[in-house]
Amino acid sequence: MSKEWPLWEIFIRGQHGMSHRHVGSLHAPDAEMAIHNARDVYTRRNEGVSIWVVEAKNISASAPSEKGPLFDPSNDKVYRHPTFFDIPEEVGAM
Amino acid sequence: MADKDALFKFLCRMGDNCLIIGHRNSEWCGHAPILEEDIALANIALDFIGQTQLWLGLAGEVEGEGRTADNLAYLRDAFDFKNFLLVEQPNGDFAQTLTRQMLFDAWHLPMLQALKESSDERIAAIAEKAVKEAKYHLERSRNLCLHMGDGTEESKRRMQDAIDLLWPYTGEMFKSDNVDEAMVAAGVAPDLADIKATWDNFMDEFFAEAELVKPENAWFQQGGKTGTHTEHMGFLLADMQFLQRAYPGATW
Repeated sequence: MSKEWPLWEIFIRGQHGMSHRHVGSLHAPDAEMAIHNARDVYTRRNEGVSIWVVEAKNISASAPSEKGPLFDPSNDKVYRHPTFFDIPEEVGAM
Repeated sequence: MADKDALFKFLCRMGDNCLIIGHRNSEWCGHAPILEEDIALANIALDFIGQTQLWLGLAGEVEGEGRTADNLAYLRDAFDFKNFLLVEQPNGDFAQTLTRQMLFDAWHLPMLQALKESSDERIAAIAEKAVKEAKYHLERSRNLCLHMGDGTEESKRRMQDAIDLLWPYTGEMFKSDNVDEAMVAAGVAPDLADIKATWDNFMDEFFAEAELVKPENAWFQQGGKTGTHTEHMGFLLADMQFLQRAYPGATW
């Protein structure tokens, strides 16, 4: 396995987008080449204006088994959602 | 205004270089060592085919005999193609493909940058569009060549073999003939000596950074620019032109 290039997670900011979004992953020997490869694999159809690459091993993820303690407590707290305010239309998407 | 015949030849050279190196890259489609490279090579191939359409389209227009870019690409024989011998060389291994690409890109980019200032607006417009692609191509091919040059013992050996093999084909890119001189005189294209200076600088920097040895050639192959090709050209055309030759005018 040591001969394999490391895996990189790719984040692209779309033309209209406000933040980078995860689009997928690919292999590359280093960050610069990962950006090159991401350009070829994920932005061929004018999908992006900016690319972030992160080596997959540097991403820490929450464990699926922790789903309960992590997320369930927020289920019954409707008051945390700003649904009780009237949003003026001019504000647009929140 | 440049002489029509010389201008036609110049445009064919620009277009044929793009067409042939584009076709060579397309041969990797489905065969590249990893998925990412497969996509990248196909992408680059398409960049070059796109540029070919512009150059050969304009060539046909200048010639004024009703030939389209497709006619020029698919219905000419080897001796009518004016591309460098370098670009028709077989893909070989990956090092050979990338070395060929870098040697060409390092000529192509300064050439297009200079052509942006061409006295012929149509040429300046094509160059303006193509130069962004060429910049990316060079960055990419240089980067990969550097990586392979200081990669494993095997990749280093393959890179050095590729450079030694292809170096004799680089001289032709800077050898000026009456077509080139006519273009310079008309302000259409740059003096190839200027392009060579930029290319030499690039190569010196490359070899300073890479753990590879710059060949010391005193003698260079030539002939592509005037239509005298290596034995590979006929096979390449047989493959590329088969469909239009077997089924003339076929569309889909």
